[in-house]
Amino acid sequence: MNYFFVLTLTGIAAGMIYSALALALVLIWRATRIVNFAQGALAMTTTYIALAAIQATENYWLGFVVALAAGLLLGAVAERTLVRWVEAGPPLNAVILTLGLLLILEAVVPMIWGAQIRSFPAPFSIAATQIGDRFIALSPFNIFTIAIVLVVMVAMLLLFRYTGLGLRMRASAFAPEIARLLGVRVGRLLTFGWGLATLTGALAGLLVAPTLLLYPSNMDAILVYGFTAAVLGGLDSPVGALVGGLGIGLALSYIGGYLGGDLEAIGALVILIGILMIRPQGIFVHSAERKA
Amino acid sequence: MQRLNSRGTLVRHALLGLGFVIAAALVIWTLDPFNPFLVYQLSSVTYIAIAAAGLTVLTGLNGQLSLGHGALMAIGAYTTALLLKAATDLNPAIVMAVAVVVTSVGSVIVGAAAARLRGPYLAGATLGLAVGLPGVAVRFSNVFGGDAGLNVPALSSPDALSTIPQEVWLAWVGLIPLAITFVLLANLLRTRYGRDFRAIREDEIASALHGIRVARTQVVAFVLSGACAGLAGSLMAYTSNIAAPGSFPLTLSLELLAAIVIGGLGTLPGAAWGALVIVFVPNWIGTMNDALHLPGPVRGQLPLALFGAVFVVAMLAFPHGIQGGIQRLLLWRKARRRSAASAEA
Repeated sequence: MNYFFVLTLTGIAAGMIYSALALALVLIWRATRIVNFAQGALAMTTTYIALAAIQATENYWLGFVVALAAGLLLGAVAERTLVRWVEAGPPLNAVILTLGLLLILEAVVPMIWGAQIRSFPAPFSIAATQIGDRFIALSPFNIFTIAIVLVVMVAMLLLFRYTGLGLRMRASAFAPEIARLLGVRVGRLLTFGWGLATLTGALAGLLVAPTLLLYPSNMDAILVYGFTAAVLGGLDSPVGALVGGLGIGLALSYIGGYLGGDLEAIGALVILIGILMIRPQGIFVHSAERKA
Repeated sequence: MQRLNSRGTLVRHALLGLGFVIAAALVIWTLDPFNPFLVYQLSSVTYIAIAAAGLTVLTGLNGQLSLGHGALMAIGAYTTALLLKAATDLNPAIVMAVAVVVTSVGSVIVGAAAARLRGPYLAGATLGLAVGLPGVAVRFSNVFGGDAGLNVPALSSPDALSTIPQEVWLAWVGLIPLAITFVLLANLLRTRYGRDFRAIREDEIASALHGIRVARTQVVAFVLSGACAGLAGSLMAYTSNIAAPGSFPLTLSLELLAAIVIGGLGTLPGAAWGALVIVFVPNWIGTMNDALHLPGPVRGQLPLALFGAVFVVAMLAFPHGIQGGIQRLLLWRKARRRSAASAEA
């Protein structure tokens, strides 16, 4: 029972990371109807940039900010220079383009920083918290993870719901033609949306690296988990991404704890196929959206 | 008349295949004294071409994108390793046939889900397969040998032909499944199934209205494609003498995709050309490096970066899909030739 409790807590912490990546995928899907398969590789790249910044300045928080800024910039540049030209084309082209971006990033990063596995600093201890003489499975870093992802999610919610910028972004995702007629700079907002999504992904990269280490393909599995979480949540709903991420985090934590950690990725596949067979529209979307 | 025609096609394809096997076997035999490593690489081309041919039928002709063909190759390779562990002297033809059957069964499971998945969903699910399946081999290490993998005994030539070098024999053996795969696929594409595949790629709803059972046909395409990957995996195990999780990274699946994108989606000869590029480009970069003096990490990663750039450039240069780009190129050439002919007249 105690073990189950431990797995539940670590599952929630991991689930928040998957939620962040799922949110990044959802933001892009909502705006452009593209699943960004390079999302994990983009996050891996920004984490390497963060590591370089941290090593240069010996300040974790500076690296943290640099990674998020790099995410914003990389995402925006990727949309404006590459994705823009395939947005209107067949979906297969967009997928192959993002896969090309994935290959390029996973090849160029080791060219610059080497392919060896690196450790990545955490701002707080990753050892279990001790309260009195009892240990709690959640480390201070886990608590930080949960808090920062929640902060980002709330910030996104506020942005989309209560600001003019958010309204224009929703309008250009929902009805680009009409939004354009009403004077919204749809193209610019798509670029900003990709930047915002990649920033969220960069956060996931920073949170994964201390425990799972940093290497060029370290986000491949996280991308699968994030995709599964996003599909579980309906691929269209930010709240769904949060709940989906938590669900996947818990499920994979139990699979890893009881059946073996190497089975987590295939477990995610089984869950993904299960969801798509039983409830293809996800749990948070009511209309039949899955027609891409 | 229809039957006679299709039989004619089969005979023509079979003769072409036979001619190719004889010619390629002779080329390999002549090349070997000069460059045995090149011959060894040609046997890699045989299995990459088989897998790419399967993938091009699925992606190019049926419009379903799979990122998991590397993992399906792993199923074929592990089947081969396990069979040979149980019975070392088993005939390679039987081993490969079993590998094909086992991988097909695995593909049915993924493919049945695939029939309900569209576009990015199938890509995501097969991505999960590519990332997740190697973990299964690590978890059940008592069966699959963990990270170190399983050894596959070398394929030795029969005693009567013992003068033939090992790498030549391997490449020769690879030619036969290669030719069989291409002949069967080329033939299949000229039948009702081939036309159904293409019809579904163009318009699912219209195909359904024409009485094509869309979901079933998509599963058939996926299983057919998976069977090719299984055969390729089995041949790969024979060629590399090992079946290990590290041989089937996500990048293998993406390289297969690169092969068919380079060769032109949906054409069988394209898959073969793509396979040649995939196998030889990394080697050429190694050779070129003597002149360029690239640092080690750059040289090692350059092929992948190039393949990624091919994806991006191909998609940006042909916004209507590779297929459309090629078709337009062909139309343009035809129009030019016609105008040249009329100018002469």
